Amino acid sequence: MATTYRTCPVSGLQFEDQAEKLMRWNAVAGVLWLLVGGITALLVILTRWPAIKLLPADQFYLILTAHGIDMLILWILFFEMAVLYFASSTLLRCRLAAPKVAWLAFWLMAIGGIVTNIAVFQGESSVMFTSYVPMQAAWHFYLGIILVAVGALLGVAVFFGTLVVAKREKTYQGSLPLVTFGALTAAIIATFTILAGAGILLPTLLWSLGILKEIDAQLYRMVWWGLGHSSQQINVSAHVAVWYLIAAVVFGAKPLSEKVSRFAFLLYILFLQLASAHHLLSDPGMSAEWKVLNTSYFMYFAVMASMIHGFTVPGAIEAAQRRKGYTNGLFEWLRKAPWGNPVFSGMFISLVSFGFLGGISGVVLGTEQINMLMHNTFYVPGHFHTTVVTGTTLAFMAVTYLLVPVLFRREMILPKLCQIQPYLFGISMSVLGLVMMGAGTLGVSRRHWDMAFSGAPFQYEWPGAAYLMMGLTGIFGVIAVIGGGLWILLVVGSLLFGKKLDGGKVSDRPTPIPVNTQAASAAAHGSEHVAVPGTVVLALLLFVSFVLYYFVNWKYLSEVWLLS
Amino acid sequence: MSAILPPSERLWWKQPIDKVEWAWIAIAFVWGMVMFVMMIYWHIYGKQNLSNEAYKTTPEMFAAKAEKFIAENTIRTETEQQIPVVKVPANGEGYLIARLWAWYPILELEKGKTYKIHLSSMDYNHGFSLQPVNINIQVIPGYEHVVKMTPTKEGTYAIVCNEYCGIGHHSMLGRIYVK
Ligand code: HEM
Ligand SMILES: [Cu+2]
Ligand SMILES: [Cu+2]
Repeated sequence: MATTYRTCPVSGLQFEDQAEKLMRWNAVAGVLWLLVGGITALLVILTRWPAIKLLPADQFYLILTAHGIDMLILWILFFEMAVLYFASSTLLRCRLAAPKVAWLAFWLMAIGGIVTNIAVFQGESSVMFTSYVPMQAAWHFYLGIILVAVGALLGVAVFFGTLVVAKREKTYQGSLPLVTFGALTAAIIATFTILAGAGILLPTLLWSLGILKEIDAQLYRMVWWGLGHSSQQINVSAHVAVWYLIAAVVFGAKPLSEKVSRFAFLLYILFLQLASAHHLLSDPGMSAEWKVLNTSYFMYFAVMASMIHGFTVPGAIEAAQRRKGYTNGLFEWLRKAPWGNPVFSGMFISLVSFGFLGGISGVVLGTEQINMLMHNTFYVPGHFHTTVVTGTTLAFMAVTYLLVPVLFRREMILPKLCQIQPYLFGISMSVLGLVMMGAGTLGVSRRHWDMAFSGAPFQYEWPGAAYLMMGLTGIFGVIAVIGGGLWILLVVGSLLFGKKLDGGKVSDRPTPIPVNTQAASAAAHGSEHVAVPGTVVLALLLFVSFVLYYFVNWKYLSEVWLLS
Repeated sequence: MSAILPPSERLWWKQPIDKVEWAWIAIAFVWGMVMFVMMIYWHIYGKQNLSNEAYKTTPEMFAAKAEKFIAENTIRTETEQQIPVVKVPANGEGYLIARLWAWYPILELEKGKTYKIHLSSMDYNHGFSLQPVNINIQVIPGYEHVVKMTPTKEGTYAIVCNEYCGIGHHSMLGRIYVK
């Protein structure tokens, strides 16, 4: 098929016509889902805020189901499709393999998303996004999710195809860029995950249609989390790739070591398939040996991989800054970083919040025995709002500030507001995560409409501190919604009203990536080795917090009733 | 900008790794191993481990056993609904039914005694969340989980349901007395 290639005059990135359209449509669809998700977030938070308690119970559970699906599945997946096409077609400067399939993927996902939302808003499918059997949703709830999954799988296939095209048409030489390698990691995990997902989604659909009589409730949880957890590793791989991308574009940063970073991505592929275990630590149907093996041996290698990225990303930035002459003390490189550039500030807050809050809380939560202190409490959503929100969502928001000018050819409107948005959203969401974890530590349940237990035969008074934490949850949740809403406003506003930018030269054939000689690289980065003491200090700080928090929780555990 | 370009050293896998990076990798690895060993250590020396004892069952089978237990050990009833308060024999076995939307019956235990509490659900997933102790265990229909527990303090405890189980989920509150 005839197509054209446009070279962006600002960034030098080259966009193939079809890939560019697909990236735009997927990104915009993602933003629309984020809008729906954001509205539901506001309703959820105003209901969980004990002083307000906005919605009645039935509507709360309906809206919470929609929030989980529209945010975790739809917003994230659509944006990831754009990331995949960018990391393949744009970074490798080649045409997209099978754009027709990519459009089919897009429409399947869009229609699937709408069908599931219809099912949810009709009111008969308030089963939460986990849809544990035997609680049953309407059949089209499951059908919609299956369509989304099939669409995503096709999109991933187009990504793989595009890598083959680039290799065959020799648009680059040597190995894949690190960012593309990260996206490849995400795509490989996505393939496994979606296939595992098919193993549970199809039977569930048949069951909802009455064709299959019963699905074992424990088995469902196990296979479902094979999908549900591993897919979080897609998000981590994607946002780590985005971190590297931003470090490269903003600072010209070069990975400290290609080998180490790639090895860390490889660890994700090898060791996260089985982490569904840590959602089942307090379940009856699995043995302790199975739980320990799956959470430790398999998961800790993935944790190690995240710790490695958590070191190499800031390390690469520090090295780049030091090469530019910011060499005073431990932290001049960080102080003199472009904190007013939302691309950088968003990325850095994402990195810190994901590492210190999301990462540490996740490992503690995933420790076999400690899980009993937190399973199904508010700690759990607190934890994942510091992974998939301050980690993935914020990284995607940050990279959008980069993409609007180069991909959509519009200048961002209201630059002052753009500057503060990552702080507003990133900080309030981090605090929200923290106070949610605080409430969970005090026992408050997730997915629970009424802390006063109205209609129950007894009373239970939560400690005052729990109400305090839930009040703070309300306040910071509202601020976070404002921060997220501001981002949507800025992005949509810029797409509609931003100053049009020059698209750059269009050609009917791709310009391959120039061969990057060692000499050219040395000229750009300096060949000598640069030490990164500031990053070492940050990493040690992370490590110490990690160790302390980990053992504090064992101490808590040792104080509860004896169990065996 | 090399993260978005092919590696400048074509033989990147032959580049040496910096000492500091090695050190961090080593720290991360050792820490992973410490966390691994910690779980095993706690299984051997720790006093809070979730029981491994579980059986496949059906709501009917479980309800029958629980009803027998309740009939034999009820000491009084409480609340308007006349919920039986059942004294679990010291160091003996007790049953707790999770169903829409109640924990049934009320259990009475003694501090320092060890009990085998059988948990199962009659319908959907439920969440056994003992407050204010904060122990949380998933309760799944079709599975009978036998949890050995030893209360360490007297008092009146609440069992909150913390797995979403439908419109009455927030009213699913149970009770355990520890004398
Ligand atoms: C914009 C601000 C947001 C606020 C204030 C917010 C607030 C909340 C709260 C309070 C809950 C817990 C409700 C409960 O368990 O009772 C929740 C659940 C959840 N949130 Fe968010 N959220 C926000 C954004 C997001 C984003 C961006 C994502 C995903 C990328 C997300 C994904 C989820 C998921 C998956 C759940 C679990 C739903 C369930 O339990 O089934 N949220 N949110
Ligand atoms: Cu329940
Ligand atoms: Cu419940």
